Amino acid sequence: MHTGLGGYLVLGGVTVAALLLFAAAMVARRLLAPRAPGLTKQSTYESGVDPVGGGWAQTHVRYLAYAFLYVVFAVDAAYLFPWALVLRDQRVGVASLVEMGIFISVILVGLLHFARRRALSWDDDD
Amino acid sequence: MTVTEVVLRCLIVLVGFLVLPLLIGQTEHKLMAHMQGRLGPMYAGGFHGWAQLVADGVKFVQKEDVVPSAADKPVFRFAPALALASYLMALAVVPLGPVTWGANVPGSLVWVLAVGGIGTLGTLMAGWSSGNKYSLLGGLRAAAQLISYELPLILSCASFAMAAGSLSLVAIGHAWTPWWLIWQLPGALVFLVAATAELQRPPFDMPVADSELVFGPYTEYTGLRFAFFLLAEYAGIVVMSLLLAVLWLGGWTGPFDHQIGVLWTLLKGFGIALVILWMRMSWPRLREDQLQRIAWLWLVPLALLQIAITAAGVVLMSR
Repeated sequence: MHTGLGGYLVLGGVTVAALLLFAAAMVARRLLAPRAPGLTKQSTYESGVDPVGGGWAQTHVRYLAYAFLYVVFAVDAAYLFPWALVLRDQRVGVASLVEMGIFISVILVGLLHFARRRALSWDDDD
Repeated sequence: MTVTEVVLRCLIVLVGFLVLPLLIGQTEHKLMAHMQGRLGPMYAGGFHGWAQLVADGVKFVQKEDVVPSAADKPVFRFAPALALASYLMALAVVPLGPVTWGANVPGSLVWVLAVGGIGTLGTLMAGWSSGNKYSLLGGLRAAAQLISYELPLILSCASFAMAAGSLSLVAIGHAWTPWWLIWQLPGALVFLVAATAELQRPPFDMPVADSELVFGPYTEYTGLRFAFFLLAEYAGIVVMSLLLAVLWLGGWTGPFDHQIGVLWTLLKGFGIALVILWMRMSWPRLREDQLQRIAWLWLVPLALLQIAITAAGVVLMSR
């Protein structure tokens, strides 16, 4: 079924090919495209008016909640994949099903709590 | 495997990566034109404007590459390469037939999911390094969206891996039976929605919403670098469609699959790509918080439910 290490060689080769493709395209662009830098041209685009302040604008911290959720569930997903491979083993089959059920339910309760505390809605008036 | 074979396989993957997205792009032009009652490109190349995308490529390569003074220049310049590399690396392991693939490694499903994250990094780098407020907002939206939808995607893939008992895409394709069409249906729907969001295609295109953020993280990009982000998007459609075709529709399985198995995979993948294009043409954009709620309150629980169904099915059938 598997072809030994050859597969990984191809994966390495494809990674190199991607970088070569980018490099070759940039060389082609350098040869073909005009270059005429200018102050106005290189200023930040803000819909036609002069840029106000810098690019380091403050933004809402609400995205932080998704980062936390993601970390929790990403770890959950990392546990799921090895389980997917041993599920057919008769010695762990049914027992692991119950255990994973408990594990996933705990996380789901957490997600429900998160939603009930309105962490997923963006209304400003509460 | 000899060095020649390795190089040859890399070249074939590269050619596929450069040709298949053009086919999808041309299909999108024409399909969108017909659905919206207009002609679409008709001039370039003579017959129904078939050479439009090639002409676009020639145009892009001749355009000036403007790097804004406010940008973090090395990061800004390198970001498109990451977006591009991610899908090329993913395409290499997607099998088209039982013996037709770029690379066959035991954990090819994990590889696809892992290199998909590199593309996310490219978008975030583009948004943050541009030194532009539209780009920053778009980059943050993209980062939040891509990590939120990566989870349902990974969870539905875990369900397919569980059903087959393998992390190899080739082995999953071999383990497929027609029952999967029903058994894995919720997982497949989750995959389709999450994949569309991962590609930032409408109705999930808040990060690049033109009426709010100009072009989000790609606002400051011009010429070939900009074209590479577009190419990455279409290559992403190819990868995601073929992936779902292999995982859920049995890939090369079909009548006469010993002779034309590859054709079946391509045909099924093309069908899924049509659905992804169709969604873009008929649905308006969601609002940013609605998008996050769909991911966390619908897709993640649905994907977990699918995992429970799959696990119960596997344990019951293997008793």
